[in-house]
Amino acid sequence: MDQALSSKKIIALYLSPGLLLLLALVYIPIFQTGYFGLMEWNGISQMSFVGLENYALLIRDAAFWDSAWHSLLLAVFSALSLIGYLLISLVLAGKIKGANFLRKIYLIPMLLASVAIAQLWMKIYHPTNGILNTMLMAIGISDPPAWLAEPSLALFAIFIPIIWQYAGFYILIFYAALKNIPESLVESAKIDGASAWDIAWKIKVPLIMNVIKVTIVLAVVGSLKYFDLIYVMTNGGPNGASEVMASYMYGQAFSRFDFGYASAIGFFLLVICLMITWLIRKVTVTDEDIQY
Amino acid sequence: MKKKALTFSAAALSAALIMGGCSSGEETSGTAGDSEKVVKFMHLWPTGSSKQHNMIAADIIAEYEENNPGVTVETEVLENEQYKNKIKVLSSSNDLPDVGVTWAAGYLQPFVEGELFAPLDDVLDDGLQDQFVAGTTEAYAIDDQTYGLPLELNIAPIYYNKAIFEEHGVEVPETYEEFKEVVETLEAAGVPPIALGNKDRWTGSLWYMYLADRFGGPEVLTKAINREESFEDPALEKAAEEIQWLVDANAFNKGFNGLSNEEGKSEFMNGNAAMYLMGTWELPNYTTNEDVPQEFRDSIGFFKFPEVEDGAGDIDSWVGGPGVGLFVSENSEVKDEAKEFVKFFVEKWGERSVTDAGVIPATVVDTGAVDLPEMYIDVLDELGNASNLTLFADVQMSANVAETHLNLIQSLYGNEVTPADFVKQHEEALAAE
Repeated sequence: MDQALSSKKIIALYLSPGLLLLLALVYIPIFQTGYFGLMEWNGISQMSFVGLENYALLIRDAAFWDSAWHSLLLAVFSALSLIGYLLISLVLAGKIKGANFLRKIYLIPMLLASVAIAQLWMKIYHPTNGILNTMLMAIGISDPPAWLAEPSLALFAIFIPIIWQYAGFYILIFYAALKNIPESLVESAKIDGASAWDIAWKIKVPLIMNVIKVTIVLAVVGSLKYFDLIYVMTNGGPNGASEVMASYMYGQAFSRFDFGYASAIGFFLLVICLMITWLIRKVTVTDEDIQY
Repeated sequence: MKKKALTFSAAALSAALIMGGCSSGEETSGTAGDSEKVVKFMHLWPTGSSKQHNMIAADIIAEYEENNPGVTVETEVLENEQYKNKIKVLSSSNDLPDVGVTWAAGYLQPFVEGELFAPLDDVLDDGLQDQFVAGTTEAYAIDDQTYGLPLELNIAPIYYNKAIFEEHGVEVPETYEEFKEVVETLEAAGVPPIALGNKDRWTGSLWYMYLADRFGGPEVLTKAINREESFEDPALEKAAEEIQWLVDANAFNKGFNGLSNEEGKSEFMNGNAAMYLMGTWELPNYTTNEDVPQEFRDSIGFFKFPEVEDGAGDIDSWVGGPGVGLFVSENSEVKDEAKEFVKFFVEKWGERSVTDAGVIPATVVDTGAVDLPEMYIDVLDELGNASNLTLFADVQMSANVAETHLNLIQSLYGNEVTPADFVKQHEEALAAE
């Protein structure tokens, strides 16, 4: 075994399947998308080269910027929701009764398929016999809104299940990070008379700052390219009121058969995600890495 | 080490075998001799999901092969979505089957522009044209050449629940004014008058199309779409106003803009809403489908979209259109045989599809000679009397304009766009093509 691992050829051989898959399924398609973005192509006939025309169109496309705004809103909401997850994790990690059980409950949405979640929430939001409106009517609101049909509400109505969907994931990450903090640090803080609040914000949170930074990137980038629930629940409607960048791109490609333009959007989306990731890393950079 | 390398290559080999096995699995039936001509036929009725369709197709193929010694039909069967994908891939590599299934108008366009489908006018001129219901082959025509022969035909009547109508003392409306009164009566009684799921948007487009037809006559929408006239026509704007009248009168079930067609339909199917405008593909649900309670099936009737006073349209003009049709590949090496086969298939299909699969064919059915539920007979008779058939607007339009149309329909129903802007934005989208 040692002999095998010391040979460069063998290492290369064993790495190559993964590398090939990664190249074939991720990097080559990315470059292809970039290439298609310079073409006018309906997916069937011959492509024709149009240079940066698709990108020029993109800059002027108000509907796209609406969807970009919705994606940005989702990113902000997801990032803010991290605060809530962090609070929950702090409580869970603070040795309360049934923490283990609660942690599993929070994780369940993670285990459901997106389409199942979408179906579930569509039932909840159903305008006449959904559980939400039935409850609202029971407490005396005679005409509760049709959540997914109101342009002003549809987007936010979908944000809730999206945030709910990922709660378990982030709580799991925070919980694991908090559990990694040595008990001795907390003990000595207690002896020094620190309150639970102080321990949480001045000791625990700074110690897991690196993890928090990663979750911010995950939440923001994940939101920017978010697609599934929106596609199933409203398909971007009514009339674009809940459209996000990824669903807009899908519509351009598979409903309008404008694969060139859709590829340009896809490539642009990749660039935005890379830039934002870099930006977040830059902004949240700390002078020193706190070690324990 | 040697052993490991051996296992690795063995694994690679078996993987290759599996892949090879997959690609040739279940694809072909029938064998080709040396002198025989082979017509490759791709369709989308797998035994699993479309058993009856598949059986009819297989029977027709067997009969054709029997009648034409020396010609073999090789079939490849894929499920709907896979079929669409594979056709796209095959057409970009110029490798289409000799005969295949296509959809009308907008779907057809890129294939015709890429010169992948053969014109079939010579097949139709052979007397076959007369067998089709008027207006069906036209949906497959681009620049006066027909590129597909339709197999299915659907029109959209308004289904209504007789029990609800009776309970609230309303009659089937004969004029649009009466229809509005029916809506008002039902609404006042707390019954949602019309079931609609407008998340899918083409569902709302049906109502708009009928109003456009009844106000402006059968040509107005079609002419606006094919650019003979402007979309900013008073009748098209009037139809949009009427849609908003219906919305404001609570004619549709609550939250329709956020509900899919299936969800909207369930309002009708569970006896909640009184009316439902939909294609005749729903007929089995009101006649033969054993999963629907007998009592409900018996209580459903249909009526034609009522006429408006002083409108240019007449009551026998329908919104509807052909479903799938057959094409012949332009680059086929056995084009003559393929055309023969398509003709044979369409004729035989017309004889069997409605009785065996409940699918109304695009060819004329002799209602006296077949044994069918009464509702089918009524619909077929209406088809025979149809004065006009307007193809679904989103099928008539190119994919890009269709999306704009569908989004505008949703805005119109949501009162987010005024009727004047509604027609103006249509005009802009159509003019930009």
